[in-house]
Order: sequence, then structure tokens, then C-alpha cells
Amino acid sequence: MNRSKRRTGRRHPLATAALLALGLVFTGGAYAALSSGSVAQAEAEPTSQQTIEEGKKLFQANCSTCHGLEAQGSDDGPSLIGVGAASVDFQVGTGRMPMQMQGPQAQVKPPQFTDEQVKQLAYYVASLGPGPDIPADHLVNGGGDAANGAELFRINCAMCHNVAGAGGALTEGKFAPPLTDVSGVHIYEAMVTGPQNMPVFNDLNISPEDKRDIITYLKYVQDNRSPGGFELGSLGPVAEGLFIWIFGLGAIVAITVWITAKSN
Amino acid sequence: MSTATTRSTAPEKRSFTAAASEYVNDRTGIAVAIKGLGRKAFPDHWSFLLGEVALFSFIVVLVSGTFLTFFFQASMAEVHYDGSYVPLKGVEMSVAMASTLDISFDIRGGLFVRQMHHWAALLFVAAIGLHMLRVFFTGAFRKPREINWVFGFLLFILAMAEGFTGYSLPDDLLSGNGLRIIDGMVKGIPLIGTWTSFLLFGGEFPGTAIVGRLYTLHILLLPALVVALIAVHVGYVFIHKHTQFAGPGRQPTNSVGPPVLPIYAAKAGGFMFIIWGVIALIASLFTINPIWNYGPYDPSPVSAGTQPDWYIGFADGALRLIPPGWEFVWLERTWSFNILVPLIAIGIFLVLVVSYPFIEAWIKGDRREHHIADRPRNAPTRTAIGAAGVTFYAGLWAAASSDLLATHFSLTMEGVINALQATVILGPIIAYFITKRVCIALQKKDREIVLHGYESGRIVKLPGGEFIEVHQPLDEYDRWRLVSFESYEPLMLRPNARGKITAGQRLRASLSRWFFEDRIAPVTRGELEAAHSGHHAAEVDTTHS
Repeated sequence: MNRSKRRTGRRHPLATAALLALGLVFTGGAYAALSSGSVAQAEAEPTSQQTIEEGKKLFQANCSTCHGLEAQGSDDGPSLIGVGAASVDFQVGTGRMPMQMQGPQAQVKPPQFTDEQVKQLAYYVASLGPGPDIPADHLVNGGGDAANGAELFRINCAMCHNVAGAGGALTEGKFAPPLTDVSGVHIYEAMVTGPQNMPVFNDLNISPEDKRDIITYLKYVQDNRSPGGFELGSLGPVAEGLFIWIFGLGAIVAITVWITAKSN
Repeated sequence: MSTATTRSTAPEKRSFTAAASEYVNDRTGIAVAIKGLGRKAFPDHWSFLLGEVALFSFIVVLVSGTFLTFFFQASMAEVHYDGSYVPLKGVEMSVAMASTLDISFDIRGGLFVRQMHHWAALLFVAAIGLHMLRVFFTGAFRKPREINWVFGFLLFILAMAEGFTGYSLPDDLLSGNGLRIIDGMVKGIPLIGTWTSFLLFGGEFPGTAIVGRLYTLHILLLPALVVALIAVHVGYVFIHKHTQFAGPGRQPTNSVGPPVLPIYAAKAGGFMFIIWGVIALIASLFTINPIWNYGPYDPSPVSAGTQPDWYIGFADGALRLIPPGWEFVWLERTWSFNILVPLIAIGIFLVLVVSYPFIEAWIKGDRREHHIADRPRNAPTRTAIGAAGVTFYAGLWAAASSDLLATHFSLTMEGVINALQATVILGPIIAYFITKRVCIALQKKDREIVLHGYESGRIVKLPGGEFIEVHQPLDEYDRWRLVSFESYEPLMLRPNARGKITAGQRLRASLSRWFFEDRIAPVTRGELEAAHSGHHAAEVDTTHS
């Protein structure tokens, strides 16, 4: 009864819902368009005065205690004039800066700033003096030659980072971190700036294309898990030996106990 | 015997099994062997199966290795890799490496078999190690089994050699680094070192001969020796009988346990399939030796975390623990004591391991046969020596992973090395004293239990108001286990036939004193009876109350 009454009405029963949906789409769409526009404005202009001003404010609030108000350095931290945008993007983007605590080496932690803020800081520091820039996308997207990259990685990087990028020990508590989930941009920036105890691999030493190949190899290792099964941390014979003693022989000893147990 | 009965009653109605067994027996005379072997009893204890674990994993190594030889090419000729693994495409490498990659990526089931081979090899050596520890700590190496201990030791060494030669075959970066260390150790030997290295490698390292030579050793000479020695080793287990723990009815002259046929053979057969299953499961789930990560051998790169397989780890660790600066130039020659000291230390350790049965027998002056296995606590000094040896080995072993210990526990590399240096030198001494005290304490506890029974937890109030806890006496079977062990006393220093006391005798007497000065004698019948009569009085009291 009620149904037939409604059907005879002028408006469609779903009209209210449709109107609501339409309104939401418009409002949301407009908001999205406006807000994305503002982000694009702030981000895409490395040299824009506004970006640099924002970066300076962030710097003075968060970094100047150690690095000085004008990034000139102090007893507690080095001068950042001329380190370039790449260095800031790496150190702040991976969460190493601001540093969690004094120690042999800055530890990775969840980044403290948004990507936008990291870029503002980076361009502010870059404006103080020329230095390595944040690499272009085609160098870091993993589109190079993995075989060449693997060979270069073995020759230049594996003695500290391990052939599979599992990381390794250095002296006095320092270490080469694992590269198992580092982004291409950060790998490139590490190579050109030499953070912590890492040497700088400049463009004469390893060309930008070779760096791209190395990133391609690391991406390949990240994206393709071992065809042999679980990797045991890619740590080599130590992990394998521990595994066979604890789990292999452990399981077998449990079985021997079971086999020779007296039946009740 | 069933054939005999059926033949006498109704020859035309014989079953197929009967006919078949008679056919075989008439031509091979196998019934004698089955009768003999089938009736052999094999004592049941979990630790007696460890040698079998080694044997069964060796069978896996043998079979999977045969499969691998179909496809592996032991050549160091240079080729450009053209298989399926993208990050190595076009890279120059030896045929050995390329064929190993082909086994891993382009031959059906190849990677699985390769991983089975390697995992089974690790398990083989690990099982041998645990088996040796069992034999040591239960004194199963005593007369008449000393020679079989030596054969077992040789098998352990051969297994390590098999492992190392196999590890070196793929000619990848890791194995090349391992060979380079061996090359360095050989070259560190004075006078003959350099010559020996050139002989091994057919010229300057790495040369183009080493993979072929190691292959011959790995698949021909060493396996032949291992198989032959296993036959001798297992043969002697049958000839000597297996040792057994003390228990009611267990005499040095007998062997108590299920007979080989049918029970033991069925158990061991099933156990063999379980071991194979465990190895197959591990091989199918866990990567081992991912040579595609390591890449082809090239003398310049060395990866972080380069280690040998676990059984060579103690030697690698010994090298790592030597402080810097132990090499010097003398007579225009470099004397590499940083290499010689670990080599000598390991050599002495291994010689002590192989000769321990003879040393102990000499110290005891014991020429009797021993077929009852010791409980470790009842030979405190031996157990303590074993614990010291294990600590020494474990310290060296851990040192091989010093870099991983540093990164994974956020320690400094130097701190780890220093701590392990201390462990290798002081650890064995500490382990010796702690173990000896623990053994003696356990023996005292056993004695207490035999004499006074075990604590029942039942508290009884006596009429006089005194509370006592009732001790429950042991039953005879449990008591037998606790009282039947041999106790030795230090040898007396006596003049020999010529009326003299030699230096050898003095040494022996002092060693014997060291071995047996602190000892707990097993409970004698007299002590037991005395304790029991006292006990009965107490029990009568409690029952009356």
C-alpha cells in the first residue's frame, strides 16, 4: 500500500539520496582540487622564496640547536653549507635527523617530518651553497641494467653492505645498514653524499647511469624473493648453520626421543 | 623356518613368500646372516640414534650428489652467463658457476636437489658432532671401542673435507673467498707454504685448475673413503655390540633391547624415511647458499658476512681471534704467527680429541673391557674435560660470526672479539670446574636418594609432636640404575720390578690423582642395608601413629 502510494508521487524515492551524493561529490571534488593545487604549489618550486622561507623556519626550530641558526655548524654538529639538498633529503627523509641520540652512528627511525617539510628543509639548505641535488626520477626508478648493477654492487658496496644488501658490521659499533627496504632516491642520495661512515661515490667514480643500475639491482632483490624459499635474513652460512642445529637437528632429536619412548 | 615346516607337510601348497625366500636362500645362503643379525639386540635410547641420523643424511647427500653430477661441469673456462637469472645475464663467469646456476634455475627440480644436498651435508656433519659428544660423555669409547672412536674421528674430518670441497665447487664469490683464506693459511706455513699453495692451485691463486681438482676429491676420493670407513665403523658396532646404560639384567656380556628383526629394523627404516622427510621439507622451504646473490668469483670483492659453512667456522673463528701484529720478518722471511698459532692450536685440539680414549685408559691403568655406558655424572673429570673442550670449540665457533653478533646485538666488533678471546682462554677453565662440581653434586643427590629414598611430600606428626617428612624408598629397578657404576681410586705410586719409580709413573700417578681425587663412591650393599634398617624403624613409628 505504502509502496504504491510513493510510486505515484512526483519525486523518485531515491531522489534525496541522489541529491546528497551529488552534493558530496561536488564538495569533496572541489576540496580535493583546491588542496592538491596548494600542495603542488608549495612542492614543485625548489627555488621559490616561499619554500626556502618555510624551510628556514623549520630548520631554526628543529635543527639549529646543533647545526647553528644559519646552518654554520657548532661544537655539536657540522656546518651544512654546501651539503646540498640530497644530503638533507636523505638524513631527514630516512628519520636519521634529527638524531635520536648520540652514538657511533645515527639510527634510522620513523621520519619526523612530512615529505613536503623534508623538501622545504632540503631546498633551504641547498640555497645556502651549491651541493648534490635530489636525483631525477629516471635515475632512481629501477629501469636500468640489473646485471651491471649487481657487478658494481659486489665490487663497490658488498664489502660493507653484504652481497644481498643484508648489511654488515664496521668497527667500534658502527655498521652498514641493510638495504632491503630503502627507496631508490635514498640509495642514490647516500651514494652521492656519503652519510655517516659511508664514502662518497661521485659521478666520476660511479656514473649516474651506473648508480641507476645499482639501484635497479637492489630493487630486483627487494622485489624478487629468493627462488629457494625463506632467506633466513640473507646472512649466509651463519644463519644456515644455526638453522640446521636448532631447527633441523632439534626436530630430529625430538623425533629420536619419540621413537625410543616406551609405549604405555 | 616356516619354509621348513611347509615343505614337510604339504610341499605343493607353499605360499609365494615361502617359495621366493627358499629360492633366494638356496642360492645365497642368506638365512644364516639374517638369523645372526636379526637376533642381535639393539639397546633403545634416543641418543643411540644420532649415528643413524648421520648415516641417513649421508645417503641423501650421496643420492642428491649423484643427481648434481649429471649437470655440474667442473671447469673454470670463462663463459658469459645466458640463463634465466636476470641480474647475472651476460656476466662473465666460469663454466662451474654457470652450470650451478643452470642447476638452480633451468633444470627441473635442480634447485630443490641442490638445496637438499647442501642441507643434508650440514645435517650430516652436525649429527656426527652430536654423536661424538654422546660417545664421549657416556664413555662409549673405552676398550674395546677405542679404534672405532678413531675411525669415527676420521669420518668427522673427512666429512669436513667433503663439505669444504663441495662448498668451493660452484666458484661463486663466497666459495672463492673461502679458498683464498685456505690459500693464505697454506702460504703462512714456513718453508713449504708457498710451494704447497702453488702445487694445490697449479700456479698462482686462483688459477684455472682448482675447481677440477676439488671436484675429483669431492666426488671420487673422499666419498670412497667415507663409504669405506662407514662400513668399517658400523661393522665394528655389530662386532663389539652396542653399549647400553646400566639397568636390571644388563650385563657387560649381553645386550638388552628389541631384536634387529623385525622391531628394530622397522623402527630404523621408518626413522630413515623421517630423516629424509625432514631434509626434504627444509630444502623445499629454506634457501641455502644462494650463489645467485654472491655472483661469480672475482679476487677483488669480498662480501660483508663472509663465513664458511658451520663446521669450518671454528677454524675461521680462530683466525679472527688472533690480535693484530703477530707477524714479523726474520731472516728475510715473513713469519705469520697470526696464522701459525691458530693452526697449531686447532691441530693440538684435534689430536687431543682423537687420542683421548688412549690417554684416559693410560691414566686409569685400566685394561678391562667396558660395555655399560657411563652416565656423565659418574665420570666427573671426564665430563668436565668434555665441557671444557666444548666451550673452547664453541668460543672459536662463535668468533666466526663476530660481525653478525656485533650487528644483531648492537655491540662493537672489538668488544665481541675481546669477549670471545676471554671465552676461549678462560671459558674452558670455568666450564671445567663448574661441570665437575655439578657432576659431584648430582652424584651426591643420587646417593642420598638411594640411601634414604625420595621425598614424598607427606608430612607426618609424631606422637611426641615432632614433624617428619616420609621418604619413599626407591624400587629395585630405579635403584639399580643409580648404584651400578664403577668407581676408581687414584693409583698408588709403587716402585717397579727394579725397585725404581720412573718419571712416567709419577706423571701417571699425579694425573690419576687429578682424575679421581674428588669422587663419590657408589652405594654399597652394606650401606644400603644399614640405611634401610634405620629407615624401617622410622616407618614403623609413622605407621603406628
